[in-house]
Amino acid sequence: MVRRNAGFGLLTIRSAIRLGLLLLVFRVAHFPVVVMADDGEVRFNRDLRQLLTDRCFPCHGPDEKTLEAGLRLDLRENAVSETGVIVPHDSEKSELIRRIFSADAERMMPPPSLNKPLTDGEKDLIRRWIDQGAEYEPHWAYVAPEWPAAFDRNSAKLPEVIDALVESNLTRNDAQSAALADPVTLIRRLSFDLTGLPPTTSEVDEFLNDSSPQRVERLVDRLLASPRFGERMAIYWLDLVRYADTVGYHGDQNISHSPYRDYVIKAFNDNMSYDRFVREQLAGDLLPNATIEQLVASGYNRMNQTTEEGGSQAKEYLAIYFADRVRNVSQVFLGSTIGCAQCHDHKYDPFSTVDFYSLGAFFADLEEVGVYDNRGRPPMIRVPDAAIQQRLAELDAQRKKLESQLLSLQETLRPGQESWEEKIRQQLREVTEQELDWLDEASAVVPEDRRQGWDYVTAEQGPVYRGTRSRKQTAGGLVQHLFQGVETTDPVDAETRFFAWVYLDAAQPPTAIMLQFNDGNWEHRKVWGSDDIVYGRTPENRPAYQRAGALPPLGQWVRLEVTAAEVGLGAGSKVNGMAFTQYGGTAYWDDAGRVTNQVVPRRLADALQIPRADRPEDQANDLTDYYLNHAPEVMELRAEMTRIDSQRKSVEESAPLTVVSKSVAPRTIRVLPRGNWMDDSGNVVEPAIPEFMGRLETTGRATRLDLANWICNDQNPLTSRTFVNRVWSLLFGRGICSSVEDLGGQGTYPAQPELLDALAIRFVDSGWDVKNLIREIVLSRTYQRASLTSEDLRKRDPYNDWFARQQSHPLLAEMVRDSALFISGLLVEQIGGPSTHPYQPAGYYAQLNFPKREYQADMNSNQYRRGVYTHWQRTFLHPMLKAFDAPSREECTVQRARSNTPIQALTLLNDPTFVEAARAFAARVMQSPEVETKGKIRWAYRQAVSREPDPEIVQTLEEVFASHLVYFGEHPAAAQELLRVGMVPVPSECDPVELAAWTSVTRVLLNLHEVITRY
Amino acid sequence: MSERPTPWTWSRRTFLRRTGLGSIALGSLLTAESLRADDQPVNAESGTRGVLREPHFPPRVKRVIHLCMAGGPSHLETFDYKPTLAKMHGKPMPESITAGQPIAQLQGQALNVLGPQHGFKPFGQSGLQIAEVFPKIGELADQMCVIKSMHTEQINHDPAHTFFNTGTAISGRPSMGSWVLYGLGSESEDLPGFIVLTSEGGGQGQPISSRQWHSGFLPSRYQGVQLHSTGSPVHYVGNPPGIGRQQQSDVVEAVSRINQRRQAELQDPEISTRLAAYEMAFRMQASVPSLTDMSDEPSHIVEQYGCTPGDGSFASNCLLARRLAERGVRFIQLYHRGWDHHGGVKAGVAYTANLVDRATAALVTDLQARDMLKDTLIVWGGEFGRTPMAQGDGRDHHIKGYSLWVAGGGIRGGTTYGETDEFGYNAVENKVHVRDFHATMLHMLGLDHQRLTHKFMGLDFRLTGVEEAHVISGILG
Repeated sequence: MVRRNAGFGLLTIRSAIRLGLLLLVFRVAHFPVVVMADDGEVRFNRDLRQLLTDRCFPCHGPDEKTLEAGLRLDLRENAVSETGVIVPHDSEKSELIRRIFSADAERMMPPPSLNKPLTDGEKDLIRRWIDQGAEYEPHWAYVAPEWPAAFDRNSAKLPEVIDALVESNLTRNDAQSAALADPVTLIRRLSFDLTGLPPTTSEVDEFLNDSSPQRVERLVDRLLASPRFGERMAIYWLDLVRYADTVGYHGDQNISHSPYRDYVIKAFNDNMSYDRFVREQLAGDLLPNATIEQLVASGYNRMNQTTEEGGSQAKEYLAIYFADRVRNVSQVFLGSTIGCAQCHDHKYDPFSTVDFYSLGAFFADLEEVGVYDNRGRPPMIRVPDAAIQQRLAELDAQRKKLESQLLSLQETLRPGQESWEEKIRQQLREVTEQELDWLDEASAVVPEDRRQGWDYVTAEQGPVYRGTRSRKQTAGGLVQHLFQGVETTDPVDAETRFFAWVYLDAAQPPTAIMLQFNDGNWEHRKVWGSDDIVYGRTPENRPAYQRAGALPPLGQWVRLEVTAAEVGLGAGSKVNGMAFTQYGGTAYWDDAGRVTNQVVPRRLADALQIPRADRPEDQANDLTDYYLNHAPEVMELRAEMTRIDSQRKSVEESAPLTVVSKSVAPRTIRVLPRGNWMDDSGNVVEPAIPEFMGRLETTGRATRLDLANWICNDQNPLTSRTFVNRVWSLLFGRGICSSVEDLGGQGTYPAQPELLDALAIRFVDSGWDVKNLIREIVLSRTYQRASLTSEDLRKRDPYNDWFARQQSHPLLAEMVRDSALFISGLLVEQIGGPSTHPYQPAGYYAQLNFPKREYQADMNSNQYRRGVYTHWQRTFLHPMLKAFDAPSREECTVQRARSNTPIQALTLLNDPTFVEAARAFAARVMQSPEVETKGKIRWAYRQAVSREPDPEIVQTLEEVFASHLVYFGEHPAAAQELLRVGMVPVPSECDPVELAAWTSVTRVLLNLHEVITRY
Repeated sequence: MSERPTPWTWSRRTFLRRTGLGSIALGSLLTAESLRADDQPVNAESGTRGVLREPHFPPRVKRVIHLCMAGGPSHLETFDYKPTLAKMHGKPMPESITAGQPIAQLQGQALNVLGPQHGFKPFGQSGLQIAEVFPKIGELADQMCVIKSMHTEQINHDPAHTFFNTGTAISGRPSMGSWVLYGLGSESEDLPGFIVLTSEGGGQGQPISSRQWHSGFLPSRYQGVQLHSTGSPVHYVGNPPGIGRQQQSDVVEAVSRINQRRQAELQDPEISTRLAAYEMAFRMQASVPSLTDMSDEPSHIVEQYGCTPGDGSFASNCLLARRLAERGVRFIQLYHRGWDHHGGVKAGVAYTANLVDRATAALVTDLQARDMLKDTLIVWGGEFGRTPMAQGDGRDHHIKGYSLWVAGGGIRGGTTYGETDEFGYNAVENKVHVRDFHATMLHMLGLDHQRLTHKFMGLDFRLTGVEEAHVISGILG
């Protein structure tokens, strides 16, 4: 199937009319390079667009439903018409000007009710723009980026381009860039930005001592090659796609996604090209011969919050998941806020409601349901790691060996068939009925791992029918225990009956009891007593709810019997499980199994009556088969094979599950009027990209892969701009377009559009090479400048739109944790695997239910893993991560909040993770090569912030050490208490009092602002 | 509201005197201004100062105490008396009312009327009809206004709570408490300005997400802080084992000294904020225990609330709420998870009502005795109501009409506002949408819901969203 993306350069007539101003996109050959001019020239995009968008377009913009007076000020041909709203070059004659300068509340624009009056300066700006001709410009983000003319696109070095563009902008503004950062600041900055961890002191020394001009390049290459790079980048990506370990809604149950997280880490580490990265996430399952990795990647589409809440309406939740996905896809990949169009045409951007639902329709093929149950989110797959794969291979080899043993065993058995037949005939004459006791203690057919919810009691504790124990079941309401997934050899036949022994407590009997059978489903039930058991209950009797009348006698063992026929188990069905249910009271359950009235199945008994010579071939084969498979030695081998199978199953199940995309017949998608999921009156839509951006040429219904290909098309102006702008903001703390989440009409105009364009173009030209992009940015002098700056520059450019300097910002929550563990020597670096559980205050999940749960901190090396692996409970995020502004990941987070709060201080001071890190750090200090206290302090300080302390700092720390040495010396028990925080052992050679005093010093160090800040 | 003298002058001096930090920190701290990531210039000193210099108009109340009856109390067994239901008991609900309406667990089942399971009687001089399960709350009748015409848009617990708290079911938006704090800041110097308490008992305890008090896209200093009844009341508020107050003070002081020392070189305005944060953290380490140690409450007060202080019950939380109010906490939310009565609504409502009745009344009375009710808004209600239709002997979730009551801050007492139809199904008169409630609550705090906005994703967000919302002036005295 050949598909062609014709989305770019091909604008439909209809959309062109609807979006007249965008015609310019294709008429104007190049994107105008905006120069900050002080000649009074007013530029639409730079100076006016945001203003008009904010004050005028709400009522005179794209949203048809709120359009007033039929006037659209976003369309020039509508505004500049014979109506005279705007008369180019003549503001006096323009009605717009009369309105905005009017003092009459009735005529004034914007109307006072909008609560957004124009300032005098803004009014003047609009007047000047009209006098200059009222020229519109297409919205910058939807126009193809333009390579800066002064540089050769193929040969120019990007770091030089960055520096030159920034410098020329500074020159125009008569400003100067800051000096380059000192080398310690630089190596710390690069280490945090590229790996999320501080440098070691030896790495710092090496860097300081390297006099080669290539030392920064070498450092950058080393950091980019570190597997920590992927872990650091994953933090950013996982925020975008709202990766978490729980489902988010209501009970916020756990759900396994960790293979997806590991995929992201690996993708960044392997420097997977960004277009492939995008394609695999949106449509990995649709790629030809999709690999497990690609399926894992496709889990992206199902990272939305889901619910198990009882009483939820599936249709409503499907609409919720749908909208969630559209919001996320548009924000993550296109840097666009399309969410508003769920209910109304976008007021500020050319996205219509139809666009919203058409974009979502790409995902209508995903297999999903509105309301889930049983903690599962099918379809899911298991993702075995190398160790598991190896174990599976070993088990497979063992099984193969048994299989060949079985074959040779059966060969040796063949000659005995005749005498076996004679023996069976003899038994058939003597025996009329035979019981197969599935739960016989001596030779249980049902392995332990197939038994769920069993509570055994011995004869001392309660009645036992046979053997040494029975199963007690007691409850205030519905309760059951069961087994399932047992392999049975013999299918049910017409005479099959089942039995179970039960003892109903005379004082506290259940009101109803039930036996239930599974032959692939559980719809086979027989009930004694009342109607209290709701499972399968219907007013009439049926195989799925067969009433047997009153309860059996109380206070004695009773044998319950069920015929296969009455519960709808037809001949040939194979029963693999049985459930024992009761409503209330106490009951004891014991042996259970099936009854056949034959020694061998009826058909074989019949065949045995035919002399061997006369037997038809199929009957003869049937008999031989049966004989060869039921000999005790064979049964033994088979049991061994079953054991291996069940072992294999549990090894397989030790591999983490992950949610994936699976394509099925697409649901019908309709526009929901005002977003109302109950309203079916909207038009049906097909998958389509936003209309103003063109149209996909596909044969047949467009797929997620088509969408991905369009997003990753080299010509898509949004994808590359969105990504490079965000990478820039990771490296500077601020995007070139400061609204990193939205490049659309309500976003800000890029501070330096030509810079953004150069990066976007180079990124695509390089084959969407992420590491290369980062490498080239950090090798620019612009990146390497000091964050400090002159008062003048700070006043003139408070937000750093000129990038004349770097900008300090707090470390991300995960990095705050990682740094403390790293400095203390506790950090365990291991990539991937199921999420980990750092210490967490007890009872934090008390508000959760279905099920209730108690957090279990990891008591092994997982305790010391990086923050990116921390269990992400959407509704109750780990308090440390939350305190440091990690998002809940319920929705896309492009830029985290940056706060500086007392709760953070409390966390660093008192969270056991940080206290334990401090005492481990203290042990390192005591074991350091330094001998003198001052020397040790200097050594410790350097571990924490990479530089030497000044004497006053040394003195401050010395005072803490000295006074606490005295204190702990007088209170050795207090020292012991402090040293018991966490589980890392106290080195035997460390004196506890001294160690406690050093712990006070290291606690100070781990709390320093500089330790949790990237400069 | 007149400009308060900044509490920082006082507290800083105390702190500096104690820690000996004086000469280092004082000057820069009092002048430092920092530009925050959210581009909102705020005073670097304060963790919870609001963005408004003063409210939009004179406020009626300073604080809100929201008694959130989580699970969805049945309005038909509490505050909305419907004799028609009794007459229709057991008969089918008219299809004209239920056809095409959203429904939760009763999906696909027969819809028959369940008569009111509890008697009502007139209370107070106003004669408000209140169910007899609330003898104590009934005594407040002349102070409260029952809004009988509430309606919401979300029929399941989790999204309905999110809707009630944030005005939308979409996750990631700020809760109303955060909005209030964002606008007005806190009056408390040593406690967070938005505090959440939880208790349970009664119907099945539906989960409550911390999303309900999250600050969403607002700076996280505006998010609610949950006080826990077991373990440390605020996470990490206790010193590490073996560390006494003096040792902790030594550490905090050394941190501040070194940060201060480094500021000269780093010129990072955030360092000033960090110093202030450590000061407040240190103060919280003392103020939180003194808040939650209720041994100073006289026995007649404890008796009035009917609680064992500190046991995590709703009653204990009510007493704690009063203490929080006294300490200047702006927004106090108490969740009681116990109103989800799908079955056995009669016994269930009686049981849960008994858990909250006395303490609710005690809180209002106690505030009044301290002359604080006049500037406190009390809100009592759940995320939705329950169906007039039976679900066995219980009731299902219901969103088209339900009750909530408010008191304090000059609310017109002894009144009702709005009505549901004769079945208690649809709000029909003076309907109050959750958004209208939000607009009214903000109004009482002196905030114009249309002007309290925050720029995010290129849009001016507000608590009441883009749909129309109206201040319900009919309930204001």
